[in-house]
Amino acid sequence: MVNIKVLGSGCSNCKRLEAIARKVVETLAIEAEIEKVTDYAEIMKWPILSTPGLVINNKLVSAGRIPSETEITNWLTA
Amino acid sequence: MDHSLPRPAQTSQLRMFLLLGAVVAAWFGLYNLIQPLANWITYSFLHLQAGSHLGDSVAFFLYDVPKILLLLSGMIFLISIIRTFFSPERTRALLGGKREGVGNVLASLLGIVTPFCSCSAVPLFIGFIESGIPLGVTFSFLIAAPTINEVAIVMLFGLFGWKVAGLYIVSGLIIAVIAGMVIGRMHLERYVEDFVWQLQAAGGVEGEKLTWKDRILRAWDSVKEIVGKVWLYVIVGIAIGAAIHGYVPESALVGIMGKQAWWSVPAAVLVGVPLYSNAAGVIPIVSALMEKGASLGTVLAFMMSVVGLSLPETIILRRVLKPQLIAVFIGTVAVAIIITGYLFNLIL
Repeated sequence: MVNIKVLGSGCSNCKRLEAIARKVVETLAIEAEIEKVTDYAEIMKWPILSTPGLVINNKLVSAGRIPSETEITNWLTA
Repeated sequence: MDHSLPRPAQTSQLRMFLLLGAVVAAWFGLYNLIQPLANWITYSFLHLQAGSHLGDSVAFFLYDVPKILLLLSGMIFLISIIRTFFSPERTRALLGGKREGVGNVLASLLGIVTPFCSCSAVPLFIGFIESGIPLGVTFSFLIAAPTINEVAIVMLFGLFGWKVAGLYIVSGLIIAVIAGMVIGRMHLERYVEDFVWQLQAAGGVEGEKLTWKDRILRAWDSVKEIVGKVWLYVIVGIAIGAAIHGYVPESALVGIMGKQAWWSVPAAVLVGVPLYSNAAGVIPIVSALMEKGASLGTVLAFMMSVVGLSLPETIILRRVLKPQLIAVFIGTVAVAIIITGYLFNLIL
C-alpha cells in the first residue's frame, strides 16, 4: 500500500497536483492512499518552503511545482 | 568508440532547441504584423474614421491586446527560464547568516528572481524564520516578491516603456529594503504566532539537476499558467483603457490626479490597498489615466498598493502573524509607497 500526501492549504495548484496523482495511481492500478495535508503545522514537518508538496511513502519528492505524470509514475514505480 | 552518433537525450534536446528557434522567429514575425493589421481592420475593414473617438479607441484596443499578450508570453518565458536557476530553498541558503542591511538588500533582489506565489507565503515565512533569518529580512523578501512581479514589469514595459518599468523596479526594491529594515528595528518578534517558534527547523530539500530541456518545458508551463490566468484581465483592462483613450478629454484629470493635487498620492494608496486586482487589469487603465493628466508618482503609488499590498496575501499571512504585526506591515509599506509617490511627483 503506497501512501501519498499532497501538502498545501487548498490553493489551486494543490488541487491540480492531487488530481494528477489520482490519475497516475489509477493508470498504474496500484493500491494507494491519497491524503491531503492542509494544516500548516503538519505541512511544516517536511522541509518545504513552497506549496504544493508531494510526499510518497514519507519521503518529500517535490515542492513548489506540479510534477508531470511521467515524474510521478517514475517515483511510484521506483 | 563512436562519438558521432548522438544519444537519444541529445537528439530530443536538439529538437527542442530547433522548435524553440521556430517559435521565436514566429513571435518576431507576429509582433511586427500587429500595427499594420490593427490599422487595416479599423480603418479599411470596419471603415472607421481616423481621428474619430470610436476609430481611435478600436485601433488602440486592437493594437494593444495582441501586443501585450505577445510581450507577456515572450518575457514570462525568459523570466521563467532565469527562475529555474533559483528556488526558495536556494534563496534561504543565500540569506542565511546575513546581517540586517545587507540581508534586506539581498532579500529584496532575490524577491524578484525567486519563483513565488502568495499561496506559499506561509510555508516560506515559517521556513525563513525557523532557519534564523531575521524578521525584517524575511519581510523585505515578502514585500519585493509580489510587488516586483513579472506581469507588472512586462505590462509597464509594454504600455509605458522601459524607463517607467525600470523606475518601478527600483522603487519597489527601495520600498522593500526600507520597510523591511523598519520592521526589523521595531523588534516585533513577539507578534509572530507562537506555534511558528515551536516548529523544528527541518533540513533542506535535495537539489534537482535540470537539463535545458527541463528548463524550457517548465518555462513553457509557467507561460501557459500565467497567461492563462491573466489574459481576460488584460483584455478587459485594455478595453477600459481604450475607451478612456478615445473619449475622455485631454487633461481632464490634471485637477484630481495631477502633481498639484497634494492629496492625490495618499488617496491613490487608500483606494489601491483594498482594491485587489492583478497588475494585468490595472496597468492599462492607469496608462490611459496618465495620458489624461494623472502624474506618474500618483499612478505608480496606486499600482504598487494594488499589486504589493494585496488583501489575499495579508489574509494568508494572518495565520502566522498576530494582528498587530499585520497592521505594522501594511502601515509601513503604505507609508513607504506614499513617500515614493511624492518623490516621483517632485523629481519628474
